[in-house]
Amino acid sequence: MIPAQTMVLIESIVLTPEQRLASLPIETRLTPLKMWVKGTLLQEAMLGDSVSIKTATNRVVCGILKEVEPHYTHSFGQFVPELLTVRTMIEEILHEDKSNE
Amino acid sequence: MNKVEALYAKKNEIMKKSVGIDYDKYEYGTLSFDYDLLMEEAGYTLSQIDQIQSIYGANHTPLKELLHINQLVKACSKEGYGARIFLKDEALNDSGSFKARRASIACYHAKKLGFRGVIAATSGNYGAAVASQAAKHGLKCIIVQECYDSLGIGQPEIIEKSRACEAYGAEVIQLSVGPELFYVFLQLLEETGYFNASLYTPYGIKGIETLGYECVQDCLALTNKVPDAIVVTNAGGGNVTGTARGVLQATQKKVQIIGASVNLKGLHMAKDTDFNKKSFTTGHTGFGIPFAINPDRSDVPRSAARPLRYLDRYVTVTQGQVFFMTEVLCLLEGIERGPAGNTSLAAAFAIAKEMKTDQIVVVQESEYTGAGKHHQAQLSFARNQGIHIAFGNPQEEIPGKSILLPNNLKDFTVQEIFLPDVRAQYLKTILGNQESIQEVDIAYLMAETKLTRQEVISYLEQHGIQWEETYAKQTISGR
Repeated sequence: MIPAQTMVLIESIVLTPEQRLASLPIETRLTPLKMWVKGTLLQEAMLGDSVSIKTATNRVVCGILKEVEPHYTHSFGQFVPELLTVRTMIEEILHEDKSNE
Repeated sequence: MNKVEALYAKKNEIMKKSVGIDYDKYEYGTLSFDYDLLMEEAGYTLSQIDQIQSIYGANHTPLKELLHINQLVKACSKEGYGARIFLKDEALNDSGSFKARRASIACYHAKKLGFRGVIAATSGNYGAAVASQAAKHGLKCIIVQECYDSLGIGQPEIIEKSRACEAYGAEVIQLSVGPELFYVFLQLLEETGYFNASLYTPYGIKGIETLGYECVQDCLALTNKVPDAIVVTNAGGGNVTGTARGVLQATQKKVQIIGASVNLKGLHMAKDTDFNKKSFTTGHTGFGIPFAINPDRSDVPRSAARPLRYLDRYVTVTQGQVFFMTEVLCLLEGIERGPAGNTSLAAAFAIAKEMKTDQIVVVQESEYTGAGKHHQAQLSFARNQGIHIAFGNPQEEIPGKSILLPNNLKDFTVQEIFLPDVRAQYLKTILGNQESIQEVDIAYLMAETKLTRQEVISYLEQHGIQWEETYAKQTISGR
């Protein structure tokens, strides 16, 4: 059981595919509009339960409990060798320019 | 009527409450509105804005000459060519971008009007800017972002902005792809009664006027000259509009205002499967062109961002060119900044090569970088999304399929967007199915497009649209 007051992330469906704008590209129109919000659990619950949370602006929002104490994992990405080549290229141009002076 | 349409029908009523402006009072003629009066009545002189921004950490960033990049420009220019580039280092505002200027006035005004909180719908730096400025004023803050595709894959740059907003204490609403973000936004405005800190109110634009003003003043202080050109990244048009308005208040000399956007031609902004194929979430043609053609497609009834009134030239650069210049800025100037903020730098590099050595071009922004936003993070993410990354001719880059880092700086050029075509598209959109307009509308269309009266009239004649001169005169005297 995840105790009340725990910081969590909930997911909900704002619009089902049938409720989406008719003008949307088909790839988007076939998917639901989903929403994710963070807040503290109002009552103890399990992952996947339908729960209510209190958000940073003190709103009460309902949804499916997806994540406990959510954290960020975005990073500086993997090594991109092309960026090293840029370095070499610039050094060569500026060096060439200097040797021409 | 479904629930989306039902809420959209209440849009004007919700907006009126949430921005404290009765837009109806500015409407006149068949399709016009009094833009100058809207801007004037919003209050706040340039010096008042300067004072507010000085208190709240949103102005007076340094203007830096990019000495080594300028050597590089000269190294690949013809004899006698290669202008000096200066960078207005806007990343040094609190929250890390020029958007702090816009948010500073929106939040100051919200506090003055007695609102308890602010809401903004933005996946860009503006979210962090509003969250930061709201924190300074003790206002609650909600930021609504388009963040994930239907597979749950988040664009790393937007995820980083979610983090930044939360760091400033804001509530972040993350959504999957789709323009119905506006539906959620309206729901939240109605539910909370918070201020709509839209990018497109007069406050959101006036906040940038100081940036244009400072670009001229700083350049004068450093070189005794006004810039020959200022390159401005263009998305929703606010950056161009505010900067140009500030320049006009700083000098009577002609400063060319050049808009620059990243070319994302072929990618659909509302298409779930295209969402993560772009490496730029703003400053691109997917916003730049639609908002130039129809400024009032924004989240307020009448946008204060009207780029066609101010643009002298509009160019595009490729994603590969911008990533390349972002790396060069690090290597040669020791300034590590986010790629999206370097769109105008990439354009300026190409433009400086066309200009004489005694000329000056100012790049009027930079933005912070970090996990997710960093150019390595974006290139790595793009590669994982199946985008081909290589060296090549930038003009052969296909958005959504390839990112080509320039292999020859002599071919580092911009592509022109022909402004007369954009103006014609604007007229086509605004005139729609109109059979007739009034005399007063002609002057409005001239101001909106920088076309002459004769050019507007010949468009009307070609499209069989009448104008009612007599009725219009009565309307003017009655106003």
